[in-house]
Amino acid sequence: MKKLYTYALIASLLFVSCSDDDDPIAVNEEEVITTMIVTLVPSDASTNITLKTQDLDGDGPNAPVVTVSGNLKASLTYAGSVKFLNETETPAEDITEEVEEEDTDHQVFYTVGSPLVMNVVSTNNDSDGNPLGTKFKIDGISSAGSGKLTFTLRHEPKKPNTGLTDAGGSTDLEATFDIVVE
Amino acid sequence: MSIFINFRIGNFNLDMKLKLPILILSCFLFSTLEIYSQNCDYNFSGVVIDLHDQSPLSNATLLIEGTDNIAISDNNGYFKFSGLCPSNYSVTVSHLKCKSKTFSIKLDGNLQKNLKLEHHINELNEVIVLAESDKRSKTIFENKISNELINDNSSSVLGDVLKNVSGVSSINSGNSIVKPIINGLYGSRVEILNNEVNIQDQQWGIEHAPSIDINSAENIYVIKGAGALQYSGSAIGGIIIAEPSKTLLKDSLYGKTLVFGGSNGKGGSIMSKLTRTYQSGWFSTIQGTFKRFGDFNAPDYVMSNTGFIDKSASFQIGLNQYNYGFELFLSSVNNEIGILRASHLHTAGDQVRAINSDSILYVDEFTYKIAHPNQKVTHNLAKLKVYKRFQDFGKVTFQYHFQNNKRLEFDIRRGINKNTSSTDLRLKTHTLTLDFDSNLFEKFDFKYGIKGEFQNNFPNPETGVKRIIPDYDKYDFGTYFISNLKLNKNWLLEGGVRYDYSKIDALKYYRKTFWESRNYNNIYSNIVINELTNQVLTNPVRNFNNFSATIGLSKKINNFNRVLLNYSIGSRAPNPSELFSEGLHHSSARIELGDLSFSAEKSHKIGLTVSHKKNNINININPYINSINDFIYINPTEIQQTVRGSFQVWEYMQTNARIWGIDTDINYDFTEKFTLKSQISYLKGIDTTNDKPLINMPPLNFKNEISYRNLKFHNFLLSIQSDFTFKQNDFPNNNFEVFVPTTGKMELVDVSSTPSAYHLLNLRSSVEFKKENNIKIKVGLSINNLLNISYKNYLNRMRNYSHDLGRNIILNLNLIY
Repeated sequence: MKKLYTYALIASLLFVSCSDDDDPIAVNEEEVITTMIVTLVPSDASTNITLKTQDLDGDGPNAPVVTVSGNLKASLTYAGSVKFLNETETPAEDITEEVEEEDTDHQVFYTVGSPLVMNVVSTNNDSDGNPLGTKFKIDGISSAGSGKLTFTLRHEPKKPNTGLTDAGGSTDLEATFDIVVE
Repeated sequence: MSIFINFRIGNFNLDMKLKLPILILSCFLFSTLEIYSQNCDYNFSGVVIDLHDQSPLSNATLLIEGTDNIAISDNNGYFKFSGLCPSNYSVTVSHLKCKSKTFSIKLDGNLQKNLKLEHHINELNEVIVLAESDKRSKTIFENKISNELINDNSSSVLGDVLKNVSGVSSINSGNSIVKPIINGLYGSRVEILNNEVNIQDQQWGIEHAPSIDINSAENIYVIKGAGALQYSGSAIGGIIIAEPSKTLLKDSLYGKTLVFGGSNGKGGSIMSKLTRTYQSGWFSTIQGTFKRFGDFNAPDYVMSNTGFIDKSASFQIGLNQYNYGFELFLSSVNNEIGILRASHLHTAGDQVRAINSDSILYVDEFTYKIAHPNQKVTHNLAKLKVYKRFQDFGKVTFQYHFQNNKRLEFDIRRGINKNTSSTDLRLKTHTLTLDFDSNLFEKFDFKYGIKGEFQNNFPNPETGVKRIIPDYDKYDFGTYFISNLKLNKNWLLEGGVRYDYSKIDALKYYRKTFWESRNYNNIYSNIVINELTNQVLTNPVRNFNNFSATIGLSKKINNFNRVLLNYSIGSRAPNPSELFSEGLHHSSARIELGDLSFSAEKSHKIGLTVSHKKNNINININPYINSINDFIYINPTEIQQTVRGSFQVWEYMQTNARIWGIDTDINYDFTEKFTLKSQISYLKGIDTTNDKPLINMPPLNFKNEISYRNLKFHNFLLSIQSDFTFKQNDFPNNNFEVFVPTTGKMELVDVSSTPSAYHLLNLRSSVEFKKENNIKIKVGLSINNLLNISYKNYLNRMRNYSHDLGRNIILNLNLIY
């Protein structure tokens, strides 16, 4: 009988050690950028224009929702800023801070698709004096029309560079907006 | 919580239209052969070989006890007795400075056996006779990688050394992550055994190299197909068996040290192994390897961040008696591997840049430093084996294995996570096996065994990255019966069955949007155990009942010709990656999705081997056809937009597939000193349901090697190998288009096109010096890719980002003592 107890004890120990009923903890992805908000402040102090792309499921099946709050005016210049958010966390995490902290490893590029004509230039630099691009200005907008404006955030690009084509690195974000110029 | 039950048994339905003619043809082939019936006209011949370097031993004396029948091995180690009657004989083999040893042979036909002698040890206490009975399957041709080849490639990885076997190629992620492909199949479909332990190291990923140091093995065998049922029923590609050296029953201490230096990667390796044996049967072996390479070179540039460090060690202790014994084996493999920096891309747009670029996207100065992205993989293994032989009953073997695999993958990350790995998997496996090798009947041998296995996977959540492989417990139970029956002196019938039960019990977080897009919220609502804002915690449980079987015939036509025919059924349960993948696979810039509902894969393989072996020529031709039902493959389905950019979505799917091919090995000693070695591997893989080619099928490969060996002059060897790989013309078109802002257009992402054919020349040379005190020194110089050809390999996942390796000059020094 004593033997039986011993066996039972050993068996129960085996089972206890094999079964681990704790649920795994959920991973909140800290680095995911779900949202980019571009704010354009017009030179005539009229309403700001907001370009926004938001993809709350990250790499999940849902496509990002892209919105443009208004049209640009050919007669104006704009002061722009870019904000990156991780909205899977509550409250949303501002990834822009991280990008600006590691400024030499990042750069925001702007690509103006034809037939749009405008100059988009970075107005803030990294600690080495190369463009960072989270702040920028738009001028030289000529004529009315519509086209695509793309923002690309590159991680570890070659710096300095002459633009996206020779920057290398890997793309952390790429968002294209349909822009109308009045 | 609920349980899915899926009860499936291997599908016996054959495509008779195709297979029947082969069977008829084979039967016809056998029946037309004459059968000998003379007495006292048998030959016993073979070659006496030095166990250590496989070189032939001349002037060994062989005496049949009780007669004056003596044979002396010639310069090639060859001996022959003729005019023997069927009987049991005792043959004594002796060699200069060696203690003679007598052993028994049973003659009931012409017999050819190679006798291996421990040459450099003065007293010979054991003659290892490599006879047919050592083989794992008698009706599937078994390819062997010799110890000499392993020694000559001690700084290489397993996958590269195995390419010396026809029908074996590899799928690579760069030059250090090399996964063997057997007859077109790889990953979970190929089992790797290291000293009888089925390595459990997350073989599902293409970028997961097998955790094994070839230096711990003495010989490596390749069995194509699922026929070796005592090891596994799911190895529908094949089995690779790495065996440590057999130990001697004598008091001795011996070892070897191999030193390597390679110009490409400016690195090298050192490996040492020491074995102590005792007359009483006790033995122990200790072995260690250290390899270090910096960035490797393509012909025109440095492939930045491709260096690696490998630290491995093994220890073995045991008692080896005829009637009983035990063995404890410990092994640890630690790899740190750099991943080509230029392959670190994020989006489809990045892929376009890489593919359309003339050169590599990222080049830096040569360095030994391994930066991110990289992998750190540790595989620790412990094995305990006990056996006992009972008279008139058989041999009973019990084994326990424990394996601990830890895999860290580092990515280029941002912020506080910069030095945190993005994958951290810990896989623990416990295995118990009990095998019985029968001695009950004289004519009828059989083996029976059972296996139980428990596996736990823990993906560490502290990575801060969504886990692709979930937490799971896996339970396996297997049982097999294999046997062979000698029908008469020329015919042998082999058969076996195996049953495997497998249960996987996982805890997986799904992205809510994915869960709903697959309609899992309706189909699998009962497995949800917790709902969070964006994620659902689920408890999927799957059960698989797999059946596998093999049947084969071996027919000895005459002394020189032999035909083997084998039909094997294998079943493989889907692996965790195929079931649960869901998310971005960073290293391939694509989103990979598994499927919870998969059933097991069923393979039906017929293989025929025709062997011809006569004095100086040895030819093996091996045609095969493998028909796989519910073949799991990954296929691109759509383009997904995310804030990061566009990604191609690859979904695991099931289809029916057929792979057929032919492997040929020719070895021809056209003079005493010159040898020609040819190897041709050809195969075709088709998705029969969708009538399109299968992806990643090895293209036609043709290898020819001419070597000159002078046994009289320090065993001088000079050989040149031509390795011709054709362009793979059969591939599925998985190209897609993506919007590229810089051009303002949709651009084609050509991920499918295959690289052009290439021809590599490899040179090998060596000399040996023997010292009085049994020390042998071998010095070798090899040059791989002699002409520094710039080429791309279809089966290298990095082919879109860089060329393959340039010229490599290797100097090696083998010290055997």
